[in-house]
Amino acid sequence: MSEIEITDVAMRFRGRHGEVSALERISLTVPDGQFACIVGPSGCGKSTLLMIAAGLITPTEGEVLVNGKATFEPGADRGMVFQSYSLYPWLSVRRNIEFGPEIKKVPAGERRKTSSELIHLMKLDGFADAYPKVLSGGMKQRAAIARALAGDPEVLLMDEPFGALDAQTRQIMQELLTDIWQRYRKTVLFVTHDIEEAIFLGDVIYVMTSRPGRIRTTLAVDIPRPRTFDTLTGPRFAELRNQVVGVIHEESLKAVESELARA
Amino acid sequence: MSRVPAARVAPAPPAVTPRRRRGFIRTYLTPKQAIPGRARLTLAIGSFVVVVGVWSGLAALVQNSSPQYGALFVPSPYQVVVTWWDMMVNLGFYNDVGWSAFRIVAGFLLAAAAAVPLGLLMGSFEAVRSFFNPPINAIRYMPASAFIPLLILLQGLGEDEKITIIWIGVFFQLVLMVMDIAHRVPDEMLNVAYTLGASRWTVFYKVFLPATFPEVVDALRITMGWAWTYLIVAELVAAEHGIGSFILIAERYLRADRIIAAIITIGALGLITDTLFAIVHRLAFPYVEKVRA
Repeated sequence: MSEIEITDVAMRFRGRHGEVSALERISLTVPDGQFACIVGPSGCGKSTLLMIAAGLITPTEGEVLVNGKATFEPGADRGMVFQSYSLYPWLSVRRNIEFGPEIKKVPAGERRKTSSELIHLMKLDGFADAYPKVLSGGMKQRAAIARALAGDPEVLLMDEPFGALDAQTRQIMQELLTDIWQRYRKTVLFVTHDIEEAIFLGDVIYVMTSRPGRIRTTLAVDIPRPRTFDTLTGPRFAELRNQVVGVIHEESLKAVESELARA
Repeated sequence: MSRVPAARVAPAPPAVTPRRRRGFIRTYLTPKQAIPGRARLTLAIGSFVVVVGVWSGLAALVQNSSPQYGALFVPSPYQVVVTWWDMMVNLGFYNDVGWSAFRIVAGFLLAAAAAVPLGLLMGSFEAVRSFFNPPINAIRYMPASAFIPLLILLQGLGEDEKITIIWIGVFFQLVLMVMDIAHRVPDEMLNVAYTLGASRWTVFYKVFLPATFPEVVDALRITMGWAWTYLIVAELVAAEHGIGSFILIAERYLRADRIIAAIITIGALGLITDTLFAIVHRLAFPYVEKVRA
């Protein structure tokens, strides 16, 4: 059982022209083993929401529950992967992956077993002792995902993890991530602005509105798993995409208009 | 799937394959274009040859036009080398070098020992930054050399006065550089550690500190160069030993050759320390991505 619940979370900032509402009463529950995606136009506060879920930002209102218990601080129960790979450049790939277990004082032998397994799964064989500087963007992100998994979190939070990668690499990474997820069945909350990525990966998609961020629609992705490259060309995929594209487009327009109105 | 028609037979290649032209201008005057390694070495050596050549020419010119005083004011490179040897063997110049080096090392170490920890704290805790930043920023604009007369009044002409001047010159610059370095550590590096279960203290010493080390060593290397400037100024004003005081005495005896030899010695010492820092950096931080210079 690992479930994350976001209840009535709101976030307001004090701006130059009074209070600015970034997130407005957001509630969602990701049940055990579900892959949930949040998509929305840029600036809708989806990353803020994820930071709140991680405990890295304290919301103005509401709370985050992991397995029914309220959390107020970041912790190993919610592992996070950022867009900027944020590997520790002074540690080898293996030591990066073992960072979480090391903090938890897992014995060295067990640590090594975990890291070896993840290095193989993430297709990083031969790079265990390399420093991050020699890795490509895709490899860096694979190492960062391995590091998050090595911490054995209840929930995996991913903030546009493939946003900085080129289209081909991104596709490969998405396929790898679905495979890994099938294997570990982690509860995942995945933020992206890429609609196709959300459909390809997710069981459910939350579409957010532009600022102030609210959940506008929830869509269940009823495409069977395992999903492969062929999923992308199926008719159901196209249908879902058109649906989400329409909603997002509307919201993006609204965002532009409200920016113009403010100017 | 429709079948792709077989490609037609490619036409025979032209007799003369077009090649990229490699003229002098294209090789050497394309902005930001790398040049052949041998050319780079030749140019580096060439710059020394030019400097020594121009200097020799000038010296010959002046010495020819004024046989009596020329050598006194514009010695040739060769004469300077001879003088340097004489200084080392007969005048105990190495003693002055030793004194200067001692002051530099002492002043610099004391400044770094205070500036690095404080800079790290200022970069990571806004409370510490808010408290220390205004005075340090103000003092930074007061030239260290302006403190010399005051320090002579307060401390006299001894070693502590020299060391204090170096300390003032280095500390206030270094502390702000280190603060910036600490401030630039990406939040995400720290946040990842928190989401792996690290405590504040663990994040501080296992992530934050190592993330700053390479750039801190770079900052030390840069401020070390400034320390030399302040030391020589202090020694020029008043000192019994040291390269600065040696230069001052040489001036009284109209010995331009000794002054030049001493200045070049300072340059060589600077180059040696700089190289040492570079070696330490390379050995201690093999993981740092090299930015092509």
